Amino acid sequence: MFRLVFYEAVKTFLKKRTYLGFLIVGVIVPIVEVAMKVEGGRFIQAATRTLRQDFIFVGSLFNGWYVSYWMMQSLWVHIPLLITFVAGDQLAGEATSGTYRLILTRPVTRTKIFFSKYIVTLIYSIVFVLFLAILSIGLALILLGKGNLLVFDRGILILPAADVAYRFCAAYIFATWSIVTIASIAFFFSSFVENAIGPIVATMGLLVVFLILVVLPVEAFEPIRPYLFAQHMNLWQHAFRDPIAWDEIGRGIAVLGSYSAAAVGASWWIFTRKDILS
Amino acid sequence: MPPEIVLQTQRLSKRFKQRWAVRDLNLEILQGDVFGFLGPNGAGKSTTIRMLLSLIRPTSGDIRLFDEPLTMSQHRALRRVGGIVEKPDFYLYLSAVRNLEIVGALYGGVDRRRMMEVLELVGLKDRAFDRVKTYSHGMKQRLGIAQALLSDPELVILDEPTSGLDPQGMKEVRDLIIHLARDQRKTIFLSSHLLSEIELVANRMAIINRGELVVQGEVSRLLEEGEQYVMIRAEPLRKARAILRRLTRFVHSMSEAGESLKVVMSFDDIPAVNRSLVRSGVAVHAIVPRRSLEDYFLALTEQSLSDGPNARVSGKTQRQ
Repeated sequence: MFRLVFYEAVKTFLKKRTYLGFLIVGVIVPIVEVAMKVEGGRFIQAATRTLRQDFIFVGSLFNGWYVSYWMMQSLWVHIPLLITFVAGDQLAGEATSGTYRLILTRPVTRTKIFFSKYIVTLIYSIVFVLFLAILSIGLALILLGKGNLLVFDRGILILPAADVAYRFCAAYIFATWSIVTIASIAFFFSSFVENAIGPIVATMGLLVVFLILVVLPVEAFEPIRPYLFAQHMNLWQHAFRDPIAWDEIGRGIAVLGSYSAAAVGASWWIFTRKDILS
Repeated sequence: MPPEIVLQTQRLSKRFKQRWAVRDLNLEILQGDVFGFLGPNGAGKSTTIRMLLSLIRPTSGDIRLFDEPLTMSQHRALRRVGGIVEKPDFYLYLSAVRNLEIVGALYGGVDRRRMMEVLELVGLKDRAFDRVKTYSHGMKQRLGIAQALLSDPELVILDEPTSGLDPQGMKEVRDLIIHLARDQRKTIFLSSHLLSEIELVANRMAIINRGELVVQGEVSRLLEEGEQYVMIRAEPLRKARAILRRLTRFVHSMSEAGESLKVVMSFDDIPAVNRSLVRSGVAVHAIVPRRSLEDYFLALTEQSLSDGPNARVSGKTQRQ
């Protein structure tokens, strides 16, 4: 199995498409962070104007942590899109290139091939989120330094500098969990089509529709919201609340995990039974 | 002791929605056979091969490989089989060696020496580290054969291995097949839509049409069984006919077929008959030896073409 995973990784990580997401993040993050540094803390000044009348602010709230926090907003839609480029290609890509015929005629169960591909998808998702974390936080701290973190959680919340590092750590772990859900859904769509475009469009379409259902102020949607994965895409934000809402985090982890498990289970069922006609 | 049956199908059938791509197919391939699997395009050859290699599930019927049902012993059996299905495809952005490593991993790993061995066998050793993207069609076809041989299988299944090759390439592949069968004692299952190709390399064959078996047996027997005749086109035709009528020693019967004469005679007597015609001042344009099996197969092929795409049942047109 290790050998299979290794060669699946070779296939994925020697493909140019795999680095598209890294390239985009590698270009966008520095541009945005440098722009924020140049632009300065105008926005934060406005937000804290009333507070400043009553309190004395020591140090700057416009710091590296603050910028890093805002960079995490990309986890709603942008990062999922980049993840689907690879996750959606895992199975469909083999159909497109005709290489199913090369690998599925061998003395290895489809289940093993399936899970080695899924494991590589997980590795890719984790590496990608880690890359985003290191680049956005690292660069922001270099450019703007540390300090207390100002976030908006039912009003303004200022988190002490000493706490912030571990909160980011937790936030990125939660973010990975939600990104894995996206990857699993793309993987699912990838199992029954012969082209990677389909899974990308289908996954993003589903995400956007669910996000609309989540934010639309319609009461009728209220009862289903907790069961939509998009409702929990903000899992990472819980790490920046005070006190940390562990019960909500637990619910989010469970819902997202259920989606991942269902997606993987369904795609396994399809993949191990399908006729290979490509 | 009779030779071991390597591959056997019993009433093997595959239905795609309402259409039977393969129906009640009984094949028997013996150890050491070069078995020709012949059929016009869309006859169900690739669908059969996909079932043999576990890419698609039969709707009904059984496959026995090495005397065990495939459903029970899939991995044991597939370990002893190597093949190409339709055109060989690879990870184009990787080198030939890397592609073989990926295939090798599915057998639990194959050492570099063996990879270079099969690449040398198909004449690709010099290009082993080039990306497959840079390969010509013929080279990919040869790499396809290399990957089929990688695990040193006892049964090699080749789906139209000469398709798209130039005459020299076709000859190389034929020679390779003969080498594998004769020197490496492998059993070869070879599909083709050309009778002439099967005739050159196979000892046994089956003809399939519209998913059903038409005939199966030894190539030499099947070819001899039917009538042999010669089509002679000559000028003036009348004079030629008169001369041939006198050559009762050679000519068994004769009839007119358009601008030619259809003469039932032994192929061995062609030179003598030709000499007689030429000596009598007849201009001979063509003497074409024909066999009824060939005619029959040609008719099948033409029929499948004239039936149009709806009658086609190849893997390519079955995609849903």
